[in-house]
Order: sequence, then C-alpha cells, then structure tokens
Amino acid sequence: MTNQPLSQPFAATGDGEPLLEARNISKAYGQTQALRDVSLSVRRGEIVAVTGPSGCGKSTLLHCLSGILRPDEGEVWFRHRNLACESERFRSRLRRTAFGVLFQFGQVVPELTAIENVTLPLQLGGARYRDAAATARQCLEQLGIAELAHKRPGEMSGGQQQRVALARALVTRPELLFADEPTGALDSLASEQVLTGLVRLAREQGTTVLLVTHDAQVAAYADREITMRDGRVETDGRITIGGAVR
Amino acid sequence: MSTSHALLGILAARGPTHGYELKREYDRRLAGVRPLAFGQMYTTLARMLRAGHIAEAAHQRVAGPDRVAYRLTDDGRSELMTWLAQPEPPSPYVSAPLFIKVIIALLATPDEGVARSLLAAQRASHLEQMRRLTKVKTDGGASVSELAAADYLLMHLDADLRWMATTLDRITAIREEVRA
Repeated sequence: MTNQPLSQPFAATGDGEPLLEARNISKAYGQTQALRDVSLSVRRGEIVAVTGPSGCGKSTLLHCLSGILRPDEGEVWFRHRNLACESERFRSRLRRTAFGVLFQFGQVVPELTAIENVTLPLQLGGARYRDAAATARQCLEQLGIAELAHKRPGEMSGGQQQRVALARALVTRPELLFADEPTGALDSLASEQVLTGLVRLAREQGTTVLLVTHDAQVAAYADREITMRDGRVETDGRITIGGAVR
Repeated sequence: MSTSHALLGILAARGPTHGYELKREYDRRLAGVRPLAFGQMYTTLARMLRAGHIAEAAHQRVAGPDRVAYRLTDDGRSELMTWLAQPEPPSPYVSAPLFIKVIIALLATPDEGVARSLLAAQRASHLEQMRRLTKVKTDGGASVSELAAADYLLMHLDADLRWMATTLDRITAIREEVRA
C-alpha cells in the first residue's frame, strides 16, 4: 500500500478493511523502549480498550496512532494514508477534522461557558456561531448536561467538566475518538456518567473509539480489549457475551 | 445474607402481608439477589413465628386455600433494628475457591502452567461477566436498585481481577514457598 496524494486526504475504506491499523510500530524515549513491534487493527464502529499496567506503553501507542507522535519504526494506516510518513501539518489537520481526543485533565477552557467550549471546534472548522451553538446544545442534551450550557468550568464538578470535554471531542462527529484514561480522576459515579455518555453517543454517531485505561471496570465498556505489557501487545481478543460476539 | 431479617424489613415497610406478596416484594426490592424460593420462605416464616418476631395477622379465603397475612411484632421490630445497627464482620478466612485452586495447582502439579492457565481462564470469565453487567448500564432502562446490584458485583469482580494480576506477578515465589 502506498500513500495517496494530499488532495485525497480521507479516501473511504471498504467494509472489510480496518479503519486504523498499526504495523510493527516501535518507539523509544532515549534508552527506554516504550513500544516494541506493535501491530493491531481497529474496525469502523468498534469500541476498543487498550489496557495494561502503568508504563506498559499504552499512552505512547495512543499518541502514535493519533498522529501526535511519530513512531521510530513501523507504519500507522488511517484510510489509506500512512501517518508515520505524513507531515505534522497533515497530521494536525487530521486531528482537527477526523479525530477527537479526550484526556484525563484540562481540556476545557476555564474562561468559556460549556456551550462556548463545545462550539469552539465547530467554529475552528468554519461554522457560523449560531449554527455551531445549535449543534453544541444538541450534543450537551445528548449527554444530559444541557442545564450546564451557560456555566463555566469553575462552577462544575470534575465529572461535569469531563462530560463537557467529551461533548467537545464528539461535537464534530469525528470518525475516531482517542480517549486516554478519560475517567482516571473521577469517582465511580461520575466515571459511569462519562463512560455511559461516551458509549451511547459514539454508537449513535458511528464513531470508532480507542480507549486507553488501566481499569478493568472502564475496559468493560468496550467491545474488544487489547492488553499490553512491557511495550508489547499481550492479548487481543474479541469480547463475547454468552458465546456471541458483541 | 439473612433472609429472615430481610422479610422483617419488608413487613416493617408494608404492614401485614401475605406470603406470596412477601416473596414478590423480596425479589423486586432485592434485584440481583438470588430469588427467594417459596419453600425457603415458608420455612423461614415458620421459624420467625416460633421466635415471636412475627405473628399471624389475618386469614383470608379467596376462592382457594387460606391465605395468611403476617405482621411484625415488637420483638421482631427490635430484632430488625439490632440487625441493621450491626456492621457485617469481615471474614477472617479466605474462603474463595479460586484461591484454594491456585495454591493446590502450585502444590500438586510440576510447574506453574496449570495455575497460570487457571488464572487466565478465570480472568476471561470475570471480564465477560463484567461486560455483561456493564451492558446493563449502557443499555438504559435499568432501575437504580438494579444498577446498585450491578455495581456491587462489578466492584467485587474488579477486586478479584486485581488479586489475580498481583498473584500472577508473584506466582513463582508462591510456588517456591508452597513446594518448599
């Protein structure tokens, strides 16, 4: 497979093809080998959890797959483009248009209200404020936090802030959502609200999700779990319920 | 789990209640707890009658056998409040079959393979159950009591998984100790 020209940035993938694929990627920080020959693929619409103990390389994997980091070796394919060979400008555009990201902390702008925060990525994409605000409001409603629309993050709980961050990550209807320990700082009830909202909205929108977590209870929200240890994929299993693949 | 105390609690909430209604209320309020068998309930009610914690409130015949309604006595209310005020004592012994199986596997087989396979299979089984319970949350429609029951099971399964991970990390040391 070779890269297609930049004029066709997001060629559609066929039904049987993976949406995202890592082929033998490795990444080191100085003498520390974070990823060793990792290969995996993610199909459209899947919710995949990447789990493992601290330092196993799961966050580095997510950063390589989302184009934030470039692997030292190997390839990362997204819709017929090898991200490992693409420019930072291209990868940045991809993160703005096709990818959503959700981290543990600090994604909401403290000076803006919830609806202004969620409207922001739509406006950056060129939408008029009135249209963007209507879409943002709908997204807040879907996540059950419409009443927070005109509150600033300082007036919200941590769980509410994270649901606003989730709304901001999904409001552009990205093809892929990368979530790195999205509930790591939350108590169990707030965590449940964020994850239930994430799963429901992602399924409604058809967004594929890659969820990095060290927590088995969080991984249980996914369709498939990939476990990592010492920079390698340890297991990669479809999840079954009562013998049927979900 | 004390079935008799749960029945005392239901009688305290509802007032005089027939056996059939008691069972229905027990199963509805304690979602996630094993449903109460009629035989077990009537045996328990007979014991509670003998202890003086409940009394027969009324007989009612409605085109069938006598239906007895039971009521809470003062002694029964006192017993209920004493039970509710006492925390459950944490068990001083490990009674989990998995723990026993792992130790016996390390003791009775020549290497760690059997214990490792057991832990891997158990992990997969636990994860499947966790996903089934999590689906109750994401599918919607569950009552808050059903969510609380799912949370209870999920958190205990999670604790088991953590124990399995730690045990796998120190399995060589455990084997050396049990075979010494």
